[in-house]
Amino acid sequence: MKTETETAQHSRVTEPSTGTSQSSSTGSGRRSAPLRAVTGSGVQKRRWGRAALVVVLAVISIPFIFPTLWMATSSLKPMSEILAKVPTLWPTDPSFDAYGEVFRLQPFAQQYWNSLYIAAIVTIGTMLFAAMAGYAFARIRFPGVNILFLIVLVGLLVPSEVTIVPLFRFVNELGLINTHWPLIVIPIFGAPAVLAVFIMRQFFLGLPGELEEAGRMDGLGRWGIFWRIAFPLSRSALAAVAIFTFLKSWNLYLEPIVYLSSKKMFTLPQALTQYVDAYGGPMWNVQLAATTLTVLPVLAVFLIAQKQFVQGLAQSGLKG
Amino acid sequence: MVTTTAAVLAGDTAKRRGRGKRPRRSAATRGDWIVGYTMVAPVVLGSLAFVIVPLVTVFWYSLHDWNVLANTFTFAGGENYERMLSDQGLHDSLLASLWFSIGLVILNIALALFLAVMLNQKLPGTTTFRTFFFSPVVVSLVAWTIVWSFLLQADGGINGFLNLLGIHGPNWLRGDFTAMLAVIVVQVFKNVGMNMILFLAALQGVPEELMEAARIDGARAWRRFWSITVPMISPTILLVSILTIVGSLEVFAQIDVLTQGGPGNSTTVLVYYLYQQAFQFNDFGYASAVSVLLFIIVLILTLLQWQTRKRWVFNEN
Repeated sequence: MKTETETAQHSRVTEPSTGTSQSSSTGSGRRSAPLRAVTGSGVQKRRWGRAALVVVLAVISIPFIFPTLWMATSSLKPMSEILAKVPTLWPTDPSFDAYGEVFRLQPFAQQYWNSLYIAAIVTIGTMLFAAMAGYAFARIRFPGVNILFLIVLVGLLVPSEVTIVPLFRFVNELGLINTHWPLIVIPIFGAPAVLAVFIMRQFFLGLPGELEEAGRMDGLGRWGIFWRIAFPLSRSALAAVAIFTFLKSWNLYLEPIVYLSSKKMFTLPQALTQYVDAYGGPMWNVQLAATTLTVLPVLAVFLIAQKQFVQGLAQSGLKG
Repeated sequence: MVTTTAAVLAGDTAKRRGRGKRPRRSAATRGDWIVGYTMVAPVVLGSLAFVIVPLVTVFWYSLHDWNVLANTFTFAGGENYERMLSDQGLHDSLLASLWFSIGLVILNIALALFLAVMLNQKLPGTTTFRTFFFSPVVVSLVAWTIVWSFLLQADGGINGFLNLLGIHGPNWLRGDFTAMLAVIVVQVFKNVGMNMILFLAALQGVPEELMEAARIDGARAWRRFWSITVPMISPTILLVSILTIVGSLEVFAQIDVLTQGGPGNSTTVLVYYLYQQAFQFNDFGYASAVSVLLFIIVLILTLLQWQTRKRWVFNEN
C-alpha cells in the first residue's frame, strides 16, 4: 500500500511541471487566482514577485553548477593560469595538455576500466540476486522466511565503516588484498545489497497474484514464474536498483583505499587524488582533467535518463 | 523503514496463518520451499558472512590489544573502552562529528525545504532548476570534493572572485572554523538535491483545499507555510533529518580529500579517527572499539528513525 503512494508521489515529482508554468504569471494554477486577479495591480505585483523568485533560484544555482563548469574549463588551463590572481572564466589559451598528462602519469585508462567493470559486475550481480531474494521473500511461503529476512535486514543497521576492520582481516587471510574481489563480492552479497533486496521485495509484494496463477495454469514452475513473469515486470524497480547500485560502486572510496595498493589496481575515486607533484602538492590542471573525464559521462547519462535517476535515487534515499 | 517492514511482515504472517491451515502439504509446496531457500540463499549467506559475523568479531576484537605491525593479539577485557574514556583525540572527534552533523542538518534541511517550496510554486524554468539542484547528487563524490578543494585554495577560485569584489578571503581549509564550514558546505551542495526531492514529494501531498481555505481566511504565504505546510510535512522533515544525521556520521571521502582531518584535528570526525587508528596507526583493537561506538550511535539514531517512520506511515494512511 505504502509503496504505491510513494511511487505515485515520486512520479508526480518527476513529471515536468512546464504545463502549468506557461500560465503561471496569472497564477491560474491556483483556484484562488480569479479572486485576486480582479485588480490589475495585483497581477502586476504577483508577476514581479514570481520574476524575483526565478532570479533567486538562478543565483542559488551557482554553487550547484558552477563547480562542474569551473572544473571543465580549468582543466584546459596551463598551470600558470590555473591559480591566477584574477580568475579567468575561459582559458586565454585553451590546451588539452593536461589530458595527455592524465594518461602519462598513471595507468588512467586501466583505472577507468577497473571502476567501470567493477561497477558493472556489482550492478548486474546485485540486480540478479536482489531480485531473486526479493521475490522469494515476497511471494514464496517457506518456513523461517521471516527470520531469514530479519537476518538480511540487519545490514541496514551497519554502516560499512563499522565492519571494515574485520572485513579487512578476512580479506587479508584469504590473500585477496590488492585484488578487486572484495570490491565486487562484498557489495553484491553484503550490507550494500540489502537496500536492493528490500526495494525488490516491496515491488514483488505489490504484484497481482493472478499473474502468477496464470503462469501456473500455463504449466510454469516457480523458476519459470520468476524468470518469465515476475522478473520482466519488475523493470522499474530494477532500474532504481541499477542506478543507485552503480553510483555507489562508482563512488566507493574507503574500501578501495583500504584494500588496494598498486596503481594499476586503483579505481577512479582513489586515482583522482594521486595527481600530485614531487612535493605532494596537487597538479590541479591534471587532476581536474582526470576529474572531468570521470564526471562527464555519468552527468551525460543523468541528463538523458533524468526521470529514472531522480526516481531511483529518491527511492533509495527514502528507504536507506 | 523497518516499521513498514514490520507492518508488512505482520500482515504477511497473518495471511500466511490463515492460508496455512491447508489440509496437506503437497510435493509442489515442498518444491516451492526448496526454490525459496535457493533464491534467498546468496543474500542470506552473504549477510551472515559480511555483516553478522564481522559485527560479532568487531566486538570480539574490541576486547583485545591488537597491533598489526607488532603482531600482538592479547585479550585485554575492557581496556580499549577505558582508554576511550580518557582519549582526548576520540573526544575531539566526537565533538567534530557533532558539529559536522548539526551544521549539516541545519543547513541541508533549511536549504532543501526552501528549494522544494520554491520548485513547488510552478515558476517558469522549474524543471531546469530541479535538474541543476539535483545534478551534484550524481557527480562522483571524490570528483566533487576535488573541484571544491581547488576552489577553496588560498589562491583558488573563490578567493579570486572575492578579490574582484575587493574582499581578501581567508585560507579556507587552514582555519579551524572555516575548514569545518567548508566540509559542511561542500557536503550540503552535494546532497541537498536528494532531500529537496523528498520534500517536494511531501509538499505535493499537502491538500490544495487546506491552502485554499487558509488563503480565503486571509493567511499570507509566510503564515500558510508555518501553519499548514510545516505541520503537514513535519513527519518527513523529522525523517529526512535523521537520515541526514546518520549519513553525516559516515562522512569520510570529503574529509580525506579536503582536510585530512586538519587543521590540527578540527575536522577529524569519528569515522576518520577510526580509519586513522586502524590503517595509519595499525591499532586494530582500539579501532574495533571505536567501530563498536560508531555502531551504537548509528543504531540509536536508526531506532529513532523507525519510531518516526511509524508515525509517518500512520499519517500517510
